[in-house]
Amino acid sequence: MTEVSVTKDAIPPGADDLVVLKNVNKHFGALHVLQDIDLTITRGEVVVVIGPSGSGKSTLCRAINRLETVESGDISIDGKPLPQEGKALARLRADVGMVFQSFNLFAHKTVLENVMLGQIKVRKTSKAEAETKARGLLDRVGVATQADKYPAQLSGGQQQRVAIARALAMDPKVMLFDEPTSALDPEMINEVLEVMQQLARDGMTMVVVTHEMGFARSAANRVVFMADGRIVEEAVPEQFFSNPRSDRAKDFLSKILKH
Amino acid sequence: MDVLLDNLSLFREGFFGTLKLTGASAIVAVVVGVIIAGFRVSPVPPLRIFGTLWVTLLRNTPLTLLFLVAFFIVPKVFFPDLDSFLLATLACGFYTSAFVAEAVRSGINTVPLGQAEAARAIGFTFTQTMRLIVLPQATRTVVPPLSSIFIALTKNTAIAGAFDNVELFNVSKTLSNDGYDIAMIFLWITLAYLIITYAINGLFRLMEHRLEVAR
Ligand SMILES: Nc1ncnc2c1ncn2[C@@H]1O[C@H](COP(=O)(O)OP(=O)(O)OP(=O)(O)O)[C@@H](O)[C@H]1O
Ligand SMILES: [Mg+2]
Repeated sequence: MTEVSVTKDAIPPGADDLVVLKNVNKHFGALHVLQDIDLTITRGEVVVVIGPSGSGKSTLCRAINRLETVESGDISIDGKPLPQEGKALARLRADVGMVFQSFNLFAHKTVLENVMLGQIKVRKTSKAEAETKARGLLDRVGVATQADKYPAQLSGGQQQRVAIARALAMDPKVMLFDEPTSALDPEMINEVLEVMQQLARDGMTMVVVTHEMGFARSAANRVVFMADGRIVEEAVPEQFFSNPRSDRAKDFLSKILKH
Repeated sequence: MDVLLDNLSLFREGFFGTLKLTGASAIVAVVVGVIIAGFRVSPVPPLRIFGTLWVTLLRNTPLTLLFLVAFFIVPKVFFPDLDSFLLATLACGFYTSAFVAEAVRSGINTVPLGQAEAARAIGFTFTQTMRLIVLPQATRTVVPPLSSIFIALTKNTAIAGAFDNVELFNVSKTLSNDGYDIAMIFLWITLAYLIITYAINGLFRLMEHRLEVAR
């Protein structure tokens, strides 16, 4: 017993930090979209990012895997700073799964191929192994029967679940979700949220930009509220929703909780 | 009729000369054109600048001028022993590559940005993203304009005839110097060009049809 606690204590502070943003700034022309962003996400944590439209949530999400470059500040994943564009960045991106609002499945590939391609071309897995894993993941997200169809033949909810499977196939350390349910018809939102809930329960580290307050309440460890390019407030969901501290958050919550 | 029968082997040589020049230049043009199009959309600024310069320069220079450069400057300054077929192929190929690059680039632009972003997010390198995701989806829009680019190329190879290459246009000059009736020469030469351009046209129709079906 004592030994266990000793080894636990021996972990240096910050060793469990998976995604670290320090003093990150970005402009789009004159618009200061990310202002002095400091954010640390620890292993296994589920962080929900909310905030009004245009507050910089997507930009923050995309900066984490450098789909969007930043002008100043440091971003590191699992202790490694984000490299410049090139092979090293590609390798690092493979460890960061991303799910887009508009799914972005490869239109010319079947569902199965979508989930296999990254494994084969990036992870250099054998075809047979990649297929076994892909089928397993498709089964896990509930679209196993659609494996041989093309993305356009699937409903939005199904496509998004395939997109999640495609990201999971790379064994990512962290998953980024940028409004994964915003493009979906209401009846399909839950099937995607359920998959995400399960992922969260399985211990996946997740950054989720969403307006789904139900998901935030039930799955998030922490809510990050953004407004005008700043992180205005961070709190556990319970506290944030029942007792927001900032006026911006109060104002925002009163608007979205009305309907 | 005489012109053709009397000089069948010369005609044949000219026909295959044009065909060889067109084929070789087309290969150069496609390979270089795709690479240049890749440069133009690459995240590396120097490559983008090089791509833009290449296209602007080659597209706006008269082909005859390129031939003059290829045949009089390149051997003197760089490589002295390239043969005339190779020089002509390079001149025609590079010239046409600029047009191919533009066709490929506009094809690339029809592929939604999200496709490339998803590919990069998975960990594909830029080249993998292009090769595996973007270019295959761009093909459908690139193929139709390529057809007219290659037909123009076929006709452009005629300039090589003035630079020590045996091809159809060069044959027509030889024959008219030999005193044959110009009208008859042109008739047969035109027919030979038509055969080639029709073949190109047909080939691309077939490809377009294939791509339609593949969807
Ligand atoms: N590529 C771009 N070029 C210029 N401005 C941009 C670009 N992308 C985003 N912006 C601007 O930056 C600001 C922040 O955008 P961002 O997409 O991060 O907001 P968001 O919080 O995700 O909003 P939403 O809830 O509408 O998705 C917005 O004002 C947007 O118009
Ligand atoms: Mg957004």
